[in-house]
Amino acid sequence: MSDPKTFFLDEEEIPFEEGQTIIQAALSAGKFIPHLCYHPEFKPHGSCKLCTVRIDSRTVTTEDGQSVKIPGRAAASCTTPAQEGQHVESEVPEILDLRRTLVQMLLVEGNHYCPSCEKSGKCMLQGLAYDLGVMDPHFPQYFSKREVDASHPDILLDFNRCILCELCVRASAEVDKKNVFALSGRGNTKHLICNSESGKLGDTNMAATDKAADVCPVGVILHKRHGFEVPYGQRRFDIAPISDNPVQYAPVKEQV
Amino acid sequence: MNAPLPKRKLKVATTSLAGCFGCHMSFLDIDERILDLVELVEFDRSPITDIKHCSPDCDIGIIEGGVCNAENVHVLHEFRKNCKILIAMGACAINGGLPAQRNSLDIRDILAAVYAQPGRGVHIPNDPEIPLLLNEVHPLHEVVRIDYFLPGCPPSGDAIWKFLTDLLAGRTPTLGHGLIHYD
Repeated sequence: MSDPKTFFLDEEEIPFEEGQTIIQAALSAGKFIPHLCYHPEFKPHGSCKLCTVRIDSRTVTTEDGQSVKIPGRAAASCTTPAQEGQHVESEVPEILDLRRTLVQMLLVEGNHYCPSCEKSGKCMLQGLAYDLGVMDPHFPQYFSKREVDASHPDILLDFNRCILCELCVRASAEVDKKNVFALSGRGNTKHLICNSESGKLGDTNMAATDKAADVCPVGVILHKRHGFEVPYGQRRFDIAPISDNPVQYAPVKEQV
Repeated sequence: MNAPLPKRKLKVATTSLAGCFGCHMSFLDIDERILDLVELVEFDRSPITDIKHCSPDCDIGIIEGGVCNAENVHVLHEFRKNCKILIAMGACAINGGLPAQRNSLDIRDILAAVYAQPGRGVHIPNDPEIPLLLNEVHPLHEVVRIDYFLPGCPPSGDAIWKFLTDLLAGRTPTLGHGLIHYD
């Protein structure tokens, strides 16, 4: 039997199996790479770009003896297969700055008011922003005008917080086989819609026990009558930063 | 031998714009550490002193709340003009916060719904003493340059203490896990 294959993540050797992506191998080895649209149970989507890493940067010596770093290519680690001997940079200032900017752009694009959000304390966008030390939005607020859909008896939809990760779209289509959700429009008019004639969630066959009801990484899909159950100070990211639990990376299953 | 120069106390001004004074209340949660703080700073314009306008040589301005009316804009410009360093404290100062949730609604509809409904009064208040509301609530950095941001709703007393002591010691303020909060 041959030795297990390995690559290097921030100079640390990480084992991987043939066919695993960089993020899969890293998370299995207990190394956290920030992500929002990636979920271990679904096909990679590669859209949020939070998991971007730099691959195979080189240092070359010029004719006058100076060392010059030639940056490798930037790639989403959720869609890039791990390869033997690869050198991957993740927790480096340049990549962290890029992730910080992405998070800031997401925070100003939607209406993310954490103090009044039921998901606060276990929201992945919030957890990543804490971890990256995002102290300011940097950009002007977009103040987008979006709706709330309370038509379903058990589930509330607050589109103000949608980051278009399509996890609910994938869960509803692949696991629940219901196709309740889809994205519609292009560019900054892109938005999440429900597949019913009225466009309301209450007129779909969605159930609170569906996979799609529990995959939202932010506070769009919420179980009614279960908001703010865990007190301030005892919530997931009050207790430990998001990067401390690389194995429990998936959005937490709601206790319904 | 020269005696060391006496350390000048830094002048700190604070105010609440479209805020709830929760951040100021949280500021008082630094408890007895305020005695250490007043060794290093003196308060200028602030609800603590009731001084009405900033001295022209303030070192640090701390502002709670976003900008929701014309008076807020004037006060914010007064702070920017007179303070070397301006800090946006709390969720409302940083992204508009709770007051900004009216931004998706028409201001006339809101005023009519609150003041001109049967049983709630007959007309929208229009006394010239009342500052004019802006169409939208805005975070501070959309109006003036802000040097530092201290998130939280409110930031805890410990977070405010860590932030200010970092700043007074000449370090870039950082909060880290447990102190950085958006709620």
